[in-house]
Amino acid sequence: MVWWSILLWALLKLVIAFLFIFITALILIWMLRKIMGHMQYRRGPRHHGPHGIWQTVFDTIKLLGKEDIIPSGVDRWTFIWAPMIIFVPSLMAFVFLPFAEKIVATNIEISLFFILAIMGLSIIALLMAGWGSNNKYALLGGVRSAAQMMSYEIPMLISAMGVVMMSGSMNLSEIVRAQQHIWYIVPQLVGFFIFGCASLAEINSTPFDIPEAESEIVSGFNVEYSGFRFAAFFLAEFVNLFIVCALAALLFLGGWLPFTNPVYGTIFFLAKTYVLIFAVMWVKSTFPRFRIDQFMNFGWKVLLPLSLANLFVTGVIVLMVDKFRGV
Amino acid sequence: MYEENEILLDDLPKDYMEVNFGPHHPSTHGVFRFIAKIDGERIIDIDPVIGYLHRGIEKIAENRTYMQFKPLVDRLDYTGALNNELCYCLAVEKLMDIEAPPRAQAIRVICAELNRIAAHLIFFGAMGLETGAFTPLLFGFLDRETILNIFEIMAGGRLTFNYITIGGVREDIPPAVRTYFDKFKKEFPVKLKRYEELITGNEIFIKRLKNVGILKKEDLFNWGASGPVLRGSGVKFDIRKVEPYSGYEKYDFDIPVGTNGDVYDRYLVRMEEIKQSMRIVAQALDNLPSGDFTAKVPRVIKPPEGEVYVRNEGTKGEVGFYIVSKGDKNPYRLKIRTPSFSHINMLNFAASGNYIADAIVILGSFDTVMGSCDR
Repeated sequence: MVWWSILLWALLKLVIAFLFIFITALILIWMLRKIMGHMQYRRGPRHHGPHGIWQTVFDTIKLLGKEDIIPSGVDRWTFIWAPMIIFVPSLMAFVFLPFAEKIVATNIEISLFFILAIMGLSIIALLMAGWGSNNKYALLGGVRSAAQMMSYEIPMLISAMGVVMMSGSMNLSEIVRAQQHIWYIVPQLVGFFIFGCASLAEINSTPFDIPEAESEIVSGFNVEYSGFRFAAFFLAEFVNLFIVCALAALLFLGGWLPFTNPVYGTIFFLAKTYVLIFAVMWVKSTFPRFRIDQFMNFGWKVLLPLSLANLFVTGVIVLMVDKFRGV
Repeated sequence: MYEENEILLDDLPKDYMEVNFGPHHPSTHGVFRFIAKIDGERIIDIDPVIGYLHRGIEKIAENRTYMQFKPLVDRLDYTGALNNELCYCLAVEKLMDIEAPPRAQAIRVICAELNRIAAHLIFFGAMGLETGAFTPLLFGFLDRETILNIFEIMAGGRLTFNYITIGGVREDIPPAVRTYFDKFKKEFPVKLKRYEELITGNEIFIKRLKNVGILKKEDLFNWGASGPVLRGSGVKFDIRKVEPYSGYEKYDFDIPVGTNGDVYDRYLVRMEEIKQSMRIVAQALDNLPSGDFTAKVPRVIKPPEGEVYVRNEGTKGEVGFYIVSKGDKNPYRLKIRTPSFSHINMLNFAASGNYIADAIVILGSFDTVMGSCDR
């Protein structure tokens, strides 16, 4: 291949990824508003398009068209860059997400490891936003989110390791292929539970939405943001929701299985992901929020030991099975 | 938990951060502002700043006739407007030695109790919101809507009514109220049960509320607390039972009390009061006496010289009107005692040493309304 075709391919992939991310985020926001609405005896948006499907599109256009306000006294550099940086991890994670057999932008051997590592980077953006805003609520929110992510990243990683042990690979496509006989949610039920809790915390969703606790610190790290900068935070939150749910679907629900056909596979994978997203939104509209100390206790005293125990048991069983088979 | 906080209060850290909450903070219930000194996530001191909704109602009263002043009473505690009206009218009636006819008294009880349910439903929603659950708010307001519809056919208004007048009520109760209430009575307990399943038994909700903001009886007496806050700490004090007014002695209802005195008890007391209020309204509607809906009241209200203090059980606690009359058309001096003011005073005492999230929940458990605090 000549150099320009490689470049063109890369650009095309980027555009497709961007479009996909953008549309996914818009759909998710609309979905949340609809689901929450119906759970609260409301109807949600319903004026623009069928069931108000265009509402979020117009909302985004409105946000993009707003005046760009940079409050005086902010740390300009961090303030301006934080909303851009928050998109980077989400965008990069998409590169390694396989949608079906062979439908993956870049297939590397450690894609799971890479996604989890990259996801942890979004904390930097939140801290930057919290620090740069020159606002005490924002600072509290940023610090809270830093503490939260740090303490929940570990159980999340360890719970994912159980799956890695069973499949013997860090490649997401391989992990899915290894689930041909049984989805890992059955042997790794505890791991699924830990992964679910930790990822809820990772994406700042209820009941772990402590960094943006509306009733306490108003909106946390993004209080000072408006217009398209706010839109960036808002969209990134939903993109992360999608990524986390997609990851859970790949690791525990067998991804595109039982279909290997790319079209059916993609549809099935997305369906599984959206079921998980629905569950998250369900939790979002019914659960209250933890207090910070209870939340930390839960992370360090419940989830972490549980995930370590899960890892240990999985390791022992995997070893015994291997011995038994004589590998 | 509580002891731990007290130890922390002994050695105050020297470097703390001052954070301003309000007056337009989402969970300060109106325009209340407090300046909190925080050390990390802990609050070490709260300085409440009130007066953002001060309208000088007590002073206005001196320049208005008794009838002209009555609409302003609605604006004190706007979630429980009819309870305020009832208290004011009882005070003026006592001054003039008038007694409302039995039918008017029963209608007043119906109004007051329905309004209590409406106010407690707001509390239910706000409590959910304060702990981070958004859905209870909408559920609470949805059922409040039904009550407001009843008020609408009864009094014409939905928030401020001007319905209870000196000597009785403004209009007779329309028969439609009966059908509306019967429908409400049938549907509401089912819904209430569903709401409680949603939030009251929720593990996280209980964790957030239990053993938070424990207030002892003696402290509450010193701070002048009343209403559900007092009852939450196990004091069986309800003015409807202690000094029955407007014929409350005729109705059969219980006073729920808490045991622990924490936020969860205050919440449970209010939820139980909703059920008790339903009972009272049902009894009052069943045994509605016939007769006049208003007593004979002179056209110009000119109470004789004297002073009077009348209190009743408002939706948030003890509402009291102290009126000094010099035999004029206007009150010479009018002083209003409102529960929200006393409860906001307690905020620093109850909340400092706790987490920020707890302070918000504790403030929510007092269920203050700034309209009645600032007057």
